[in-house]
Amino acid sequence: MSGGMGIGASAPRSEDRRFITGRGRYVDDINLRSQQYAWFVRSPHPHAELRGIDAGQALGMPGVTAVLTGADLEADGIGPLPVAWGITSVDGSPAVEPEFPALATGRVRYVGNPVAVVIAETRAAARDAAEAVNVHYEELDSVSNAVAAMEEGAPRIHEAAEGNLCFNWEWLPSVMAPDAKANTEKALKEAAHLVSLELVNNRLVPNAMEPRASLADFNSATGQLTLYTTSQNPHVNRLLLCTATLRMPEHKVRVVAPDVGGGFGSKIYHYAEELAVCWASRRLGVPVKWTAERSESFLGDAQGRDHLTRVELALDAEARFTALRVDTIANLGSYVSTFGAAIPTVFYAPMLAGVYKTPNIYVTVKGVFTNTTPTDAYRGAGRPEACYLIERIVDEAAAQLGMDPAEIRRRNFIQPDEFPYQSPVGQLYDSGEFEGCLDLAMEINGYAGFDERRKQSEARGRLRGRGMSFYIEACGAAPSQAAGQLGARAGLYEVATVRVHPTGVVQVMTGTHSHGQSHETTFAQIVADRLGVDFSNVEIVHGDTGEVPFGMGTYASRSLAVGGSALVKALDKVVDKGRKIAAHLLEAAAGDIEFGDGQFRVAGTDRQVAFGDVALAAYVPHNYPLQELEPGLEETSFFDPENFTFPSGCYICEVEVDPETGVVEIRDFAAADDFGNIINPMVVEGQVHGGLAQGIGQALMEHCRYTPEGQLLTGSYMDYCMPRADDLPSFKVATRCTPTSFNPLGVKGCGEAGAIGAPPAIINAVLDALRPLGVRHIDMPATPNAVWWAIEAARSGE
Amino acid sequence: MDVQVSFTLNGKTVSAAASSATLLVDLLRNRFGLTGTHVGCDTSQCGACVVHVDGASVKSCTMLAAQVDGCAVDTIEGLSGDGELHPLQQAFHEHHALQCGFCTPGMIMSAADLLKRNPRPSELEVRDWLEGNMCRCTGYHNIVKAVRAAAGAMGEEGS
Repeated sequence: MSGGMGIGASAPRSEDRRFITGRGRYVDDINLRSQQYAWFVRSPHPHAELRGIDAGQALGMPGVTAVLTGADLEADGIGPLPVAWGITSVDGSPAVEPEFPALATGRVRYVGNPVAVVIAETRAAARDAAEAVNVHYEELDSVSNAVAAMEEGAPRIHEAAEGNLCFNWEWLPSVMAPDAKANTEKALKEAAHLVSLELVNNRLVPNAMEPRASLADFNSATGQLTLYTTSQNPHVNRLLLCTATLRMPEHKVRVVAPDVGGGFGSKIYHYAEELAVCWASRRLGVPVKWTAERSESFLGDAQGRDHLTRVELALDAEARFTALRVDTIANLGSYVSTFGAAIPTVFYAPMLAGVYKTPNIYVTVKGVFTNTTPTDAYRGAGRPEACYLIERIVDEAAAQLGMDPAEIRRRNFIQPDEFPYQSPVGQLYDSGEFEGCLDLAMEINGYAGFDERRKQSEARGRLRGRGMSFYIEACGAAPSQAAGQLGARAGLYEVATVRVHPTGVVQVMTGTHSHGQSHETTFAQIVADRLGVDFSNVEIVHGDTGEVPFGMGTYASRSLAVGGSALVKALDKVVDKGRKIAAHLLEAAAGDIEFGDGQFRVAGTDRQVAFGDVALAAYVPHNYPLQELEPGLEETSFFDPENFTFPSGCYICEVEVDPETGVVEIRDFAAADDFGNIINPMVVEGQVHGGLAQGIGQALMEHCRYTPEGQLLTGSYMDYCMPRADDLPSFKVATRCTPTSFNPLGVKGCGEAGAIGAPPAIINAVLDALRPLGVRHIDMPATPNAVWWAIEAARSGE
Repeated sequence: MDVQVSFTLNGKTVSAAASSATLLVDLLRNRFGLTGTHVGCDTSQCGACVVHVDGASVKSCTMLAAQVDGCAVDTIEGLSGDGELHPLQQAFHEHHALQCGFCTPGMIMSAADLLKRNPRPSELEVRDWLEGNMCRCTGYHNIVKAVRAAAGAMGEEGS
């Protein structure tokens, strides 16, 4: 009845047709009558006092309508960009959250910091005029590196942040023994083996292929503002516009996120540019459009990672982990972005148990301001950083003890009969089969044949290495109450409305947003499966606050686990109401009505009525229990999960290193994931491939680099090394399934897995290849240059 | 200074006035409303803007509109005739070779040129050719698969 496209089918995607024929509708494809164009004047300095802005010349140029500055913004009462998650320091003080105005006032604090916006009749006119805006800067000393920013005498970026410290945080979940710090220190002291590492988690630029864009249209007659914007969560943007920045009533603001060309976290936030075009449109009474150039994306999109971590692992004589101590310095950039303080803390520390039974864990994190673009969630967001350090130090321990990397992991895994497992860092894991995933990954990698492959590589002058990693992550953000206790300033439930039309076709309004995730297909599969209607008779509506009641959007692999569960709850309500209507039509008791394959049936009989006929009766209620039921068939549900979900998996990577050039090539990549139940295997595989590519990018190629003072060195695709088709292998992917108990679909989430698990597997493989040369350590990205120098240093005994 | 350009666009003769600095991609998007051709970067790297000029794939962000005077320009919108998908479009759909869809038009137009030059490319040849088209979603795995599947389908059609 589902047209063969129910849960579990690799249904080709409904959304494809418009994209493969060039008929997608992205923000920059939308044009409104009389629209004008915005171009931002951005600071070329990492740190400077603003001494004056002279827009006289720009205003005299042809086609220029206005030049607006931070002073105008202040005069109009526009609020600063909000921080949506608050963090508390060890001493009980709140994290420093400096006001972040959309256009700078007083000081600029990073290269690219918007200073003014030019509005003109054409994009070219706006751009030309922006170059004619004369800004007087008085340069200040500046710093881009977090460690340097903490040193005495470092330039102070915000008055309120002494030592440039935003927060000094330690992780003490209520379930953890209050003496975790002391216990961890004791275990480290008593360890049979102690392993320590200092690790860099390199800063990345998300680089969704569609640059950000916003088009705002204020109607002065109705007072209605419509914003088309590249967002992963249009309702959140509306909420923040209405409550924090623009301060308009919600019913007067409609935010539309149409087709969006990828996000990876970078399109979650309420950015200066979208606020500025809304404000400019309201002020000038014309639609105003801004489309980023890629260079602006490099300067203005929130960046990811950028940690420096010292980690110590204690082991007993049997190589069992007894304690883990983690000290991290996280570079937050120049301001606290929307979730900027939460990512290196509450999205990071609770995952530091990994899949192992380490009894004592103690974590501290310092969040530091620097003169760089703010950092925030990027694919994985905190979990890749946690996984990287665990899986690197576990591998280092295996190497030092001369153990097989698989064996040391097996010895420490949480076992299937130990669930639910309360980790010492606060997470309650419900499911997983870690040895099963390890075995599966070893099987598809062909683990036993490695020595032979290594010999073949050697014969060609290449060093072959094999690396393994095992990740677990928290998806499905989030249980609102838990998130609230951890500092979230919003709820994190999800919303779905199921609208059954009189003819039985179904529309779903979901608060999640698909910008590549395939919800138009997978959510329709759930409906087809549950209602027994044909897949082609289901439409998924998303990305428009005017059509969808509410929602928190798409990030943290939450859409299916939270949004799909809201959908299931709404479908259950539809079926419940349908059962009552069917009982009336069949002259039976509602309790005797079964629903399956699109038919309501009196149990044990052949008396039945089709779903479509029940829908029709709901809208043409001539024969209908009007005394008990309202007409119509439309239901809405909110779903707030009781816990996160915990996907896990094992990745094995084989690389070949050319010792003459330092070039690393991936020869084999095997991924065995446990995502719980799967709606569409083909879509899930695609998500894994994409995550792996970004993980490989981080491990081998990508690095967002600044000068020590904060000039961005990697500001275009000529300098920032993006993975291309000829850099990557084909992947071997497979799944095992232990469903989660925390949502009705039993699904865990698959969007970030690859980006979390891949980097340590690759670096472990590179080090495995290089150990015979005496190389003990390498940081990401392991570029040819970095590998070559590591080899040279080892050869010369440094 | 405006220049007058006349050319064949997806099989139809068109002409337009454009400033001498107008890029081909802007002419296609803004003057002709062909928004399937995308702009993903400003350094001729990403390939989201690939179209065909006289049958060869070209990054339309790196060509002036004035340069196509007298040429035949084909965009993603013109690739499928009479509602029937081109074998590459069909293969991209069947093999889940797109996620957000932003790079897809350029990717398909680039691959179409490859298959004209090399009807049976190996995996490495596909990867090598598509080096100038970035995708951030798919990891290229399914794109490579789809291009080779389309090559197979076109080979069968031709035989």
